[in-house]
Amino acid sequence: MNTEPSTAFLGPVESLGRASLDIVGSLGRFGLFLAQAVAWTFIPPFKFRQLLERVHFIGFRSLSIIILTGAFTGMVLGLQVFLTLVRFGSEAFLGPAVALSLIRELGPVLAALMVTGRAGSALTAEIGIMRITEQIDALTVMALNPVRYLIVPVIVAGFITFPLMTAIFDVVGIFGGYLVGVKLLGLSEGTYFGEMRTFVDMADIMTGFWKSLSFGVIVTWVCTYKGYYTGHGAEGVSRATTQAVVLSSVLILVWDYFLGSVLP
Amino acid sequence: MRRSALDLGVGIFVIIGILALSWLSVKLGRVEFLGGHGYQVTADFPSVGGLKPGSTVEIAGVEIGRVESISLADYQARVHMWIRSDVKLQEDSIASIKTKGLIGEKYVRINPGGSDRLIPPNGRIREVEAPVDFEELLSKYIFGKV
Repeated sequence: MNTEPSTAFLGPVESLGRASLDIVGSLGRFGLFLAQAVAWTFIPPFKFRQLLERVHFIGFRSLSIIILTGAFTGMVLGLQVFLTLVRFGSEAFLGPAVALSLIRELGPVLAALMVTGRAGSALTAEIGIMRITEQIDALTVMALNPVRYLIVPVIVAGFITFPLMTAIFDVVGIFGGYLVGVKLLGLSEGTYFGEMRTFVDMADIMTGFWKSLSFGVIVTWVCTYKGYYTGHGAEGVSRATTQAVVLSSVLILVWDYFLGSVLP
Repeated sequence: MRRSALDLGVGIFVIIGILALSWLSVKLGRVEFLGGHGYQVTADFPSVGGLKPGSTVEIAGVEIGRVESISLADYQARVHMWIRSDVKLQEDSIASIKTKGLIGEKYVRINPGGSDRLIPPNGRIREVEAPVDFEELLSKYIFGKV
């Protein structure tokens, strides 16, 4: 009798508290998930065959999309930057402009976004379906650790493949810019590559390298986490896949800004 | 068969990736494998005004080395340069800091001398010329010679 008005009054406060606890709880689960995966990475035996399959899936089968998007990114950069620079009569700096923007920003970010769309969503769906069809529980019953068996190979594969794919993206993009700037718009070849050599430092390449390493971990971490803790039924898997792609993309862009302001 | 196709795919991917990474670091990042062949010389300038480690060292417009580091010695800028071993510098060579174009990069230009004696590795180029200070030059031009 006495509790009636108080619940009506405290209802919103209660739901706010519940929502906050949910957020904190899922953040903690999210962090613990990565900690668990890192811990199991260094405990033998290591599932080498699984890792190879994941590298094949994330890396080799993304090659075509990486090369395609890299080439067109470089070409459009070459075109637009040329049109801007020619107004100031400094089209000699096309090479460094294309190379620096690719190596420092566009290469790591765009490669990571493309791979998120191509491989990340598939990973979430695969692990999510294993979860709702109770295959993950079956692994546990068979005394196979699901984290070691499913998650660790994916995250290690992301760690290995992302820097390599970013490097491929950069090189293809630089040659795409070369195609437009030198072959189409008539800049001299020596100027394009020579100026690039004087302006690009090892520090720029390392910035891109650290970015791509961290993106590799972020994308595989988010995508496996969302699949591992998927909701119920087909709808749960579809929601998990959408969330994984959106969260990965947002985290890539946010983390890119932070790394860009911290790294030289 | 299935397994070897997988291995082949991973192999191709890793080879292409490492090739791309090494092209970037060797061609653009100027990483020298096995140290490269060359020797070091230093030169003390009153000011280096914009010269950076990694800037080029040239004779007659041809790149012969790089600036490795710049430090302060006795209130002068001591520039450590790495010179290709097939290029010998005479003792009376002159090192000067020049600008490419009007607003371009700074680089070190060496004018070869006529002496028979060469600068040994880790030696010093004694004759130096400070960079032109454009602001000073401009203000002199605008406000007349003060």
